[in-house]
Amino acid sequence: MQKLVVIGAGMASGRVLEHLFEADPDAYEVTLFNAEPRGNYNRIMLSPVLSGEKSYGEIVTHDDTWYGRNDVTCRFGEKVVAVDRARKVVIGENGEVPYDKLVFGTGSSAFIIPCPGHDLPGVVAFRDLEDTSAMTEASARPGAKAVVIGGGLLGLEAAAALRLRGMEVTVLHLMGHLMERQLDEAAGYLLRKDLERRGITVMTQASTKEIRGQGRVEQVVLEDGTVLEADIVVMAVGIRPQVQLAKEAGLAVGRAIQVDAQMRTSDPDVFAVGECVEFEGHLFGLVAPLYDQAKVLAKTLLDEEETFAVKELSTKLKVTGCDLFSAGDFAEGDSREDIVFRDPARGVYKRLVLEDDRLVGAVMYGDTADGNWFFSLIKDGTDVSGMRDTLIFGPAYQGGASADPLSAVAALPDDAEICGCNGVCKGTIVAAIEGGAGDLPSLRAKTKASASCGTCTGLVEQLLAVTLGDGYAAPAAQPVCGCCDLTHEEVRRLIRAKELKSQPAVWQELGWKTVNGCHVCRPAVNFYLLADWPLEYRDDPQSRFVNERNHANIQKDGTYSVMPRMWGGMTDANELRAIADAAEKYGAAVKVTGGQRIDLLGIRKEDLPAIWSDLNDAGMVSGHAYSKGLRTVKTCVGSDWCRFGTQDSTGLGIRLEKRLWGSWTPHKVKLGVSGCPRNCAEATCKDIGIVCVDSGYQIGVGGAAGMDVKEVERLAEAATEAEAIDLVVAFVQLYRENAKYLDRPYRWIAKVGLDWVKAQVLDPEVRAGLIARFDISQSVYQHDPWADHVQTRRAAYAPLADLSLEAAE
Amino acid sequence: MSWIDIGALEDVPLRGTRLVKTKLGCIGLFRTGEAEVFAASNTCPHKGGPLNEGIVHGRRVTCPLHNMVFDLETGAAQGADEGRIETFPVRIEAGRILLDVTALARSAA
Ligand code: SRM
Ligand SMILES: Cc1cc2nc3c(=O)[nH]c(=O)nc-3n(C[C@H](O)[C@H](O)[C@H](O)COP(=O)(O)OP(=O)(O)OC[C@H]3O[C@@H](n4cnc5c(N)ncnc54)[C@H](O)[C@@H]3O)c2cc1C
Ligand code: SF4
Ligand code: FES
Repeated sequence: MQKLVVIGAGMASGRVLEHLFEADPDAYEVTLFNAEPRGNYNRIMLSPVLSGEKSYGEIVTHDDTWYGRNDVTCRFGEKVVAVDRARKVVIGENGEVPYDKLVFGTGSSAFIIPCPGHDLPGVVAFRDLEDTSAMTEASARPGAKAVVIGGGLLGLEAAAALRLRGMEVTVLHLMGHLMERQLDEAAGYLLRKDLERRGITVMTQASTKEIRGQGRVEQVVLEDGTVLEADIVVMAVGIRPQVQLAKEAGLAVGRAIQVDAQMRTSDPDVFAVGECVEFEGHLFGLVAPLYDQAKVLAKTLLDEEETFAVKELSTKLKVTGCDLFSAGDFAEGDSREDIVFRDPARGVYKRLVLEDDRLVGAVMYGDTADGNWFFSLIKDGTDVSGMRDTLIFGPAYQGGASADPLSAVAALPDDAEICGCNGVCKGTIVAAIEGGAGDLPSLRAKTKASASCGTCTGLVEQLLAVTLGDGYAAPAAQPVCGCCDLTHEEVRRLIRAKELKSQPAVWQELGWKTVNGCHVCRPAVNFYLLADWPLEYRDDPQSRFVNERNHANIQKDGTYSVMPRMWGGMTDANELRAIADAAEKYGAAVKVTGGQRIDLLGIRKEDLPAIWSDLNDAGMVSGHAYSKGLRTVKTCVGSDWCRFGTQDSTGLGIRLEKRLWGSWTPHKVKLGVSGCPRNCAEATCKDIGIVCVDSGYQIGVGGAAGMDVKEVERLAEAATEAEAIDLVVAFVQLYRENAKYLDRPYRWIAKVGLDWVKAQVLDPEVRAGLIARFDISQSVYQHDPWADHVQTRRAAYAPLADLSLEAAE
Repeated sequence: MSWIDIGALEDVPLRGTRLVKTKLGCIGLFRTGEAEVFAASNTCPHKGGPLNEGIVHGRRVTCPLHNMVFDLETGAAQGADEGRIETFPVRIEAGRILLDVTALARSAA
């Protein structure tokens, strides 16, 4: 009998032995080493063991009887320390064993972030039974806290399990959304919501700086300074194939042990299987391909012909109640198309990726019943052109039925709930339509369907269309853009009502029809979110028009204009000198603008951080001449100099500008403050204009002097400067909270009415609330973006690479 | 094919862009997904707008100057507009972005 030695009793090698003994029990005499002090068990079931849903005994795959029956010499708890291929022996901690054939099944080890404190007791991975026991022990203390680093499959299973054991759990994830390898943002958002509902805290874009503790973990410190208490820290940030032994034995090792399609290494008598393997550049981390490898290796060991090939993979998360499915490929490749389906009421999201009439990827959340059907379409490369329109509804809608998407609605049973808020079923709605309610408003009045949150409006309209056929003409309310069915006003209202705090949340809960919006809706949604949730939402530069992203105005030739703030139009010799120096240094054209400041034109993008830095050094900040935000506060010389000046108009202008600068608004906001009714600062045609008079301040709003020319209307009169400033701040905040994106104040006032605006701003309580919310927002947004970019984003202003030389070869 | 390492994937923000200078003009790198990047001529055929300054949505980009929208896979202008930008093979390996420069060499010859 030949001697076979196996290093590692893992999931892959266990399968190899099963196939081998089944096919030919007498071919080999087997010695099995395992560093863990136990034999083969079902590692993936450690998650239910951790949560307490299963015991270790239930997940053992091969017990003593099995090893005995197959005459396997077990050397468990003994690590192999070397392999001498010249003598064909394996050297274990307790002695040598000769081999004819050798199998590496050493698997992977968990990657541990080498941050300070990573070696403190209480920092564990999630890989084997020892880790699992350490976590279980830590959870025994009442009120114990766990920090899980890594929001991938393993980390989330650990987090959910520890939460079930009653721990307070925080998940830290470096990327923008959970499980980014398997899920897109919308599915990641739904997953996060599910986890948060269980009481797990999720922090994304969270980078661990260090772990602290006296002799044992006590705290985790993040790069941004956040400190989290922890009784145990679980690192689940990735795995590294265990290849040290193979490398030292002189086998060909790349990122892992390199094998051919028969699982043979560079030595014809040595094989490898499982996560320690690299095949045609691929590494493996899920069991499905490992089982394929095991089948192939068993055949190879018996001199039978078999080849291993890489197949598509699918993923599920083993957390009860989190229904997600992901398969195939979302990256690379040409000419792809997405089909997206969202059912906000049920928390369902489905996305299919098509390429050349074949399905290449699928992500699903909430309803994964059709996952396997999609997966088989992916694996088989089925031509789906015939069922393209109904594909996303799953197998039930295929075959024979009409390919009209409306048929999905038509096919719903009468008792299917359409409007979740008011519990209205399809049958009720159809009956009302047949009873004469032929449009949305009358249908709403009669049944209440879509009358509350409004997200089922699309479905209700489809029912109108199905029931009335050609007799139904869709209403003409203007949606934000082609990505959704809702108007700006509805989107704003729902963001607040449903507490939507991220873009993926908006896309999902409000039924966006595209994967991530377009250039029309993204800037609007980004603004609504940052205006409503200044502390929770983070501004997204990728959802901003170029000028706001680069904090400078793009010119027709691709250069930029740079305009520093000149508070209230005042400047001094020092600033002028710095501007002159900058103009010379960067070759700028210099223009005095209509907004009482100086524009430096024709600056190259690469030079932006440098010129900003120079201007910063002279004490100047961005003038936001590019933003939907506060622009200029134009002033006149006022009582300081002018023989007619009644109040300090220059000073008030500067104070207003200092209070308001940096804030984002639905469209740009310009102010003017004149010292007397002669109105040299043109305050009567500004968004907000103040005219000083002997008795105080006349505050006008809703002026314009661009595409439309409008005189301001009187908002109020103020006796003191402080009161005037309060009224202006409150007005700006009311505008920020209510206007449609890209409506200047005068357009917005025309919609809501000046009386309503006055009622809000003049009510002391409402006014105080508006001012408080404005100040909270300013605590986040009032800082100089130029200085920030000079410090943190400088590199992004230069090209990523310069290939002018390479390309010329 | 001759693949050149351009930089790290993380140097291009999600739904963001970066520029690569070449002898034949600039190429825009557009990161449309966590692990998806497209490369295309950076110059809008309309009036030369710099496409790397546009908003990236789905697998498309909108020109910042006058809002023409291009499909990054085919290079074709969308909707009623006509025009096309050249696209270049790009792939991601171990977190690095690789650009195939054979097309550049060919058009240079
Ligand atoms: C630089 C400046 C002209 C100048 O040389 O003086 C200017 C330049 C531009 N204006 Fe203006 N506006 C300038 C004062 C004005 C004024 C006068 C004022 O503010 O006192 C108005 C009329 C007042 C008003 O806003 O109601 C004005 C009404 C507009 C409009 C029309 C807005 C409207 O709602 O009707 C636009 C278009 C828009 O915003 O959509 C516009 C847009 C622009 C843009 C940003 C066009 C663009 O998107 O590229 C121009 C940028 C040029 C560039 O390449 O940098 N500009 N623009 C002025 C800068 C003032 C400043 O210091 O910030
Ligand atoms: C908690 C958890 C949940 C998972 N869930 C899933 C899932 O849902 N679906 C899925 O497909 N996959 C899942 N996986 C991944 C799956 O478990 C692995 O892909 C699989 O176990 C790898 O099998 P393997 O045989 O290559 O390595 P392993 O199972 O890791 O076995 C390798 C063995 O070799 C031993 N060894 C290493 N070096 C030596 C040495 N020098 N001497 C002696 N012995 C040595 C190790 O101690 C280990 O016991 C999960 C993994 C974990 C940890
Ligand atoms: S009026 Fe304003 S937008 Fe028009 S060309 Fe002059 S600066 Fe540009
Ligand atoms: S230059 Fe691109 S659309 Fe005009």
